[in-house]
Amino acid sequence: MIIRCPYCGPRDVIEFTYQGDATRRRPDPASSDQDAWNSYIYDRTNPGGSHREFWLHGGGCRQHLVITRDMTTHAISSVAFARSIVAGESS
Amino acid sequence: MAEPRSPLGKAFVAGDHGNHAAGIGVTLRERKNLSIIQITAWADSIPAVLTAIGSATGLVLQNKPGLGRVAGEKSVFGFAPGRYFVVSATPDLETRLRSAISAELGTMVDLTHGRTVIRIGGPRSEWVISKLFAIDFSEHAFPVAYGRATLHHDIHTNIQRIDDETFDLYVFRTFARSFWLTLGHAAEEVGYRVE
Ligand SMILES: [Zn+2]
Repeated sequence: MIIRCPYCGPRDVIEFTYQGDATRRRPDPASSDQDAWNSYIYDRTNPGGSHREFWLHGGGCRQHLVITRDMTTHAISSVAFARSIVAGESS
Repeated sequence: MAEPRSPLGKAFVAGDHGNHAAGIGVTLRERKNLSIIQITAWADSIPAVLTAIGSATGLVLQNKPGLGRVAGEKSVFGFAPGRYFVVSATPDLETRLRSAISAELGTMVDLTHGRTVIRIGGPRSEWVISKLFAIDFSEHAFPVAYGRATLHHDIHTNIQRIDDETFDLYVFRTFARSFWLTLGHAAEEVGYRVE
């Protein structure tokens, strides 16, 4: 699998580390809703198709990325810096 | 001043090696007595840091992924957003950069004693280093003076292209001897010269 890093260009997957589901939303830290916290920590939808996920390019520019990947075919439809998504520069 | 010792030690053997009967495919040497400074700009101060690097070194860069410049012994290149290697044989490089880059612009780390720089040149250099690094070394994908951060066998390396057939490899100093031996094995089939 090749991931096209927005800084480094196309790189082998061996340079990257998977860092989990990027669709999760952390509950309000003040919340004591046990079900919400349980769901945040343990529940994953594991879809057969498109999925948003965090990856770290530890073997290159060391940036955190948000990648949209098809879980069945591994086809990658988008890659962006996680920090630009947090800052609202792209989606 | 004391002469710094090379970490390559007895693994550095000047002369021709491997299958050199048909010619020398690559030449290997260690670049010595360099100052190697890593600079990281805060996210909103990248243009200001590039201006400061330009004023301290005379090497002006635009903010573009991997972009670098080489002028004789001096070089600079980007390898991550806002991160640069600045390299020079000038002993006061760090002092100059420190006066140009304040804590409001970014941070500096002196890697001089942490890295060894190996220069590989010659007509087969792309071929030889392609055995170690899974990146495209062709000149259209990796132009002259550009930098890269990548891995060999899961170990980090920074690479700058110096000209069409020459590359500088920045490897961890404590791993340099092992890397040098690996590089020599990779170069045996094309014949290599150590100088
Ligand atoms: Zn990268």
